[in-house]
Amino acid sequence: MSAPALNLSRDVDGDFHAAALRRDHWRERLGQAALAAPALLLVGVMVLLPVGWLFGLSFQDDAGAPSLEHYRRMLAEPSYGRTFRTTFEISLATTAICILLGYPLAYFLSQLPRRAANLCMIAVLLPFWTSLLVRTYAWLVLLQRSGLINTWGMDLGLWSEPLQLVHNVGGTLIGMVHIMLPFLVLPLYSTMRGIDGDLLRAASSLGSTPAHGFWSVFFPLSLPGLAAGSALVFVLCLGFYVTPAMLGGGKVTMVSNRIANDIELFFNWGAASALGVVLLAITLVVLVLAARLSRGAGLFGGGH
Amino acid sequence: MAWLDRPASDTQITHRSRLWLYGLGVLVLAFLALPTLIVIPMSFSHSQYLEFPPRQWSLRWYEAYFASASWMAATATSLKAGVCTALLATPVGTLAAYGLHVSRLRFAGIAILALLTPTIVPVILVGIALFYAFVQLKMVNSFLGIVLAHTILAVPIVMMIVGSALKSFDLDQERVARSLGATRTQAFVQVTMPQIGFSIVTSALLSFLTSFDEVVVSLFVSGGDNSTLTRAMFMALRDQIDPTIAAISTIMIVITSLLLAASQWWGKSDG
Repeated sequence: MSAPALNLSRDVDGDFHAAALRRDHWRERLGQAALAAPALLLVGVMVLLPVGWLFGLSFQDDAGAPSLEHYRRMLAEPSYGRTFRTTFEISLATTAICILLGYPLAYFLSQLPRRAANLCMIAVLLPFWTSLLVRTYAWLVLLQRSGLINTWGMDLGLWSEPLQLVHNVGGTLIGMVHIMLPFLVLPLYSTMRGIDGDLLRAASSLGSTPAHGFWSVFFPLSLPGLAAGSALVFVLCLGFYVTPAMLGGGKVTMVSNRIANDIELFFNWGAASALGVVLLAITLVVLVLAARLSRGAGLFGGGH
Repeated sequence: MAWLDRPASDTQITHRSRLWLYGLGVLVLAFLALPTLIVIPMSFSHSQYLEFPPRQWSLRWYEAYFASASWMAATATSLKAGVCTALLATPVGTLAAYGLHVSRLRFAGIAILALLTPTIVPVILVGIALFYAFVQLKMVNSFLGIVLAHTILAVPIVMMIVGSALKSFDLDQERVARSLGATRTQAFVQVTMPQIGFSIVTSALLSFLTSFDEVVVSLFVSGGDNSTLTRAMFMALRDQIDPTIAAISTIMIVITSLLLAASQWWGKSDG
């Protein structure tokens, strides 16, 4: 009535065609989405289902009846508390050291000309893609009693007895920092590259000193990348297994190591599953908090 | 040394007041790169204790590796598993990334999140969950089990790489091809695929590496005649620092570097 022109075109035939087109459109989009079916099936059957199974196991006692026994034991036995404290302490320490070493490195790389930065990036990317086991082995060789670090330290007269550098917390930290550093540097570097140099030029033309310009302009703008990288490092540390197992010499028991021991030595599926569920829950909480904090800055992309 | 007093950045700081940054940057780069590289010359040392620099050069650790039937079997398993993982994860991940990208259904976001879960769930949990499932299915220590396990770890990587390539690809090109009479499959194979080819090849190479380097899941699902190389290395290192592993490490570093260089080279020649 108010729009007669529209009414004219809406004859019965047109409606029919529009509906058919819409149906076709939907069929096509569903067909396209179905291309993801093999991947979804694989992940569903191989990850979601088995993990759900473990989830169920963790809420059963040894006879198979529903119970919270495994979680109750986790709260009651002090050894579990120690495991979680070790995990948090090592993860926090690794993340802190990675920030102290990684921030200056990312800043250094972001200030280089592109070509030179890309060249230096090889030194970051090559270890990133080199087998974790190979890198942990390298530290085992370097840090052992007769290893390179001890030999050189004693040759230079820095210490006279071989130091115990590995099979302890210190050795584990060195190995973990080495493996985690690229995970911090890569998102941080891409954030820093995206910072507009004009802002800093403006700051200095308005009379700010280089240090003041850095702290009041550059540093706040780099924080989203720093937050994303640190959260990633922290979360990866929480679930770390190989390095503490190899460099910790049995003295560093993180949650993952305890899970493996429960399975391999004690065949205690319930206890291992309960630990796994708690580890997963903590991981998810940290990821959600990090996403909130960096406010959609793109947790894995290091957004601008 | 006049350059020292020139401004080094937009904050007008001089190179001189930044020398500490350059020094620290180089030191951290060395910390990242050297420990892995130093294993290479050490693997040619004659001594049981892996000296650097080696006092006497020798190939004995390489001989020990190539003469050992169990190391050779583990290497063959790892190479085969890596190739099969790449052959399975690349098409599965590419199809998923493409399908979810072009369909733009609301459900696509949830599907992508679901497909990325293997990267979020702690790998130890994936390992024991698969172990548990494989015990029920009698698939522990089976080759198929290793490949399937590695494939789910590689699919998210393929999806991320191919997905980001698709974001910068103009889908109108496919529409043009189809309006000119190409079928949906023809349009994808002849128009889209050549343009995201570099990403597909890169994701295949990285799928291979993901499988070849994987430790934790392999510890649980591989074993016996189907031990992967990483599992065999991990087990050997529990007992002692076996210098043979320095030789194996060197070979693994060479393989990794060659694959990364190949993907770079491919990217350049592809334009």
